[in-house]
Amino acid sequence: MTELSSTTDSNADRKELLKFNGVGKWYGNFCALWDINLTVHKGERVVVCGPSGSGKSTMIRCVNLLESYEAGEILIDGSPIKNDPKSMQVIRRRVGMVFQNFNLFPHVTVLQNLMLGPIRNLKVSKKEAEETAMHYLEKVRIAEQAKKYPSQLSGGQQQRVAIARSLCMHPEAMLFDEPTSALDPEMISGVLDIMVELAEGGMTMMVVTHEMGFAKQVADTMVFMDHGEIVEVAPPAEFFTKPKSDRTELFLSQILQH
Amino acid sequence: MNETRLPPPAEKVRRVTNLDIAIIASVIAILVFIYYRVEHVLVYNWNWGLIFEYVIRIDEATGDILPNLFLKGVAMTLRLAFWGTLIAAVIGIVMGLCRVSNNLFLKIGSRLYVELIRNIPPVVFIFVFYFFISSQIIPLLGLDNIEKTFSPTTLAVMRVLFGPTELFTNFLAGLICLAVFEGAYITEIVRAGIQAIGKGQWEAARAIGLSRYHVLRDVIMPQALKTILPPLAGQFITLVKDSSIVSLISVQELTFLTQDVSNTTTHFFEAWIVTAALYFMMCFPLAVLFQRFERSGMGMQKH
Repeated sequence: MTELSSTTDSNADRKELLKFNGVGKWYGNFCALWDINLTVHKGERVVVCGPSGSGKSTMIRCVNLLESYEAGEILIDGSPIKNDPKSMQVIRRRVGMVFQNFNLFPHVTVLQNLMLGPIRNLKVSKKEAEETAMHYLEKVRIAEQAKKYPSQLSGGQQQRVAIARSLCMHPEAMLFDEPTSALDPEMISGVLDIMVELAEGGMTMMVVTHEMGFAKQVADTMVFMDHGEIVEVAPPAEFFTKPKSDRTELFLSQILQH
Repeated sequence: MNETRLPPPAEKVRRVTNLDIAIIASVIAILVFIYYRVEHVLVYNWNWGLIFEYVIRIDEATGDILPNLFLKGVAMTLRLAFWGTLIAAVIGIVMGLCRVSNNLFLKIGSRLYVELIRNIPPVVFIFVFYFFISSQIIPLLGLDNIEKTFSPTTLAVMRVLFGPTELFTNFLAGLICLAVFEGAYITEIVRAGIQAIGKGQWEAARAIGLSRYHVLRDVIMPQALKTILPPLAGQFITLVKDSSIVSLISVQELTFLTQDVSNTTTHFFEAWIVTAALYFMMCFPLAVLFQRFERSGMGMQKH
């Protein structure tokens, strides 16, 4: 077991928020995740990259228990995340998630999409939920679309709504599962801008993405995965210029060549 | 550029082709043949007037026009269909949710229910289940002779809703049979509707911390309902037709009373043709109505 410490110097004095301890996951005999050890500090931005099928999405989906895992544990603030219904609700409130396909609720308006979580999980009043929702819709620059239905919005706008929906729960950390992969090229920058702003605001983030420009701009830590394991963890300056692993180098040369 | 953009001139299409003419001709030929057989070979003494007296009759003493057996049967069939659909929908929704549940017991139980009913002929099911209901369940619930405990006004309302009071227990038994039977099919409609909702919706709803109950109530079911409603409406029509099987356990609905009429009058052809027409008149307008609903997306298609 190799301990791959993600610490850059600035992380030394930061609190550990999320910690993967030897997490492993299998589909039957197929090993989807193997011995994942990773620490994410408060305010740290971790970008996860790797070839498709390497387990990046599976790894971050383990955090809020959208995936179960058979080995190891994940700690939040030092205490293990349990998978009974009550703790699941708590962890999902503390850690927000943005999906590749937005997954907005098509049968209600944008505003109602944002209000549902706070009303049901945080038990806030309708009025308060609406104020919070409008606040975050303004933040993602989409407030004027509040009364529309998701299908009336472009992909980029939908993804910004999805980010706002997560933010309404006041999460301590955000997981992004390839947030720009399903977008038309001209929509991508709008979403990335919002994510950069979030990062600058000090949000703890784990981002699975192929947007290496974004990674260079905001990442504190780069994680490279292949075949269900973490191959390399390094600060971006080191990661992009002198990767330690051949596999990382090969992957980077493949996605950065154009 | 200001040219007007016109569509190309429409091609002239012949509406009636030679094939159509051939088909229409053969249909007419068959009808003529049937008429010939009935008129000249069958030697049957048609008496429609007698049968129509069983649709409505005129009270000789007062001159009032009163519904006779056929219309009473229609009323009973509609009562069965209405209450049957309500109860079956409740059973179907509960069992449908069990079908997609994570709980092994609920999953197996609901699967067993659906498979048992779908793989037994309805007639056999009705006989088995009726015996069980009428001899066990109804006495257990204290519903036998329940009509004796009601006030006259309640009884009047009950008569409209559930038919003649003296047949109330009998109606109830038939109703439960029918509802349990149709419930299995509605279960599958509900299950399919829920499973048609993409995995992403479940995940997004769970990711904002909704409990399983709220995931279903706020996110999945409202969307599934749109998929469920059209086949559910279709099932209502099926239920109108299927209600004829409870005639086997002496529920006095349309089919049962038609047997009465055809036995007393010995004019089976007329009696059953009238009944066929009555069933058609109940089901066809419903079918047209539901089709229209479906086309307008049940009036709530926003996306």
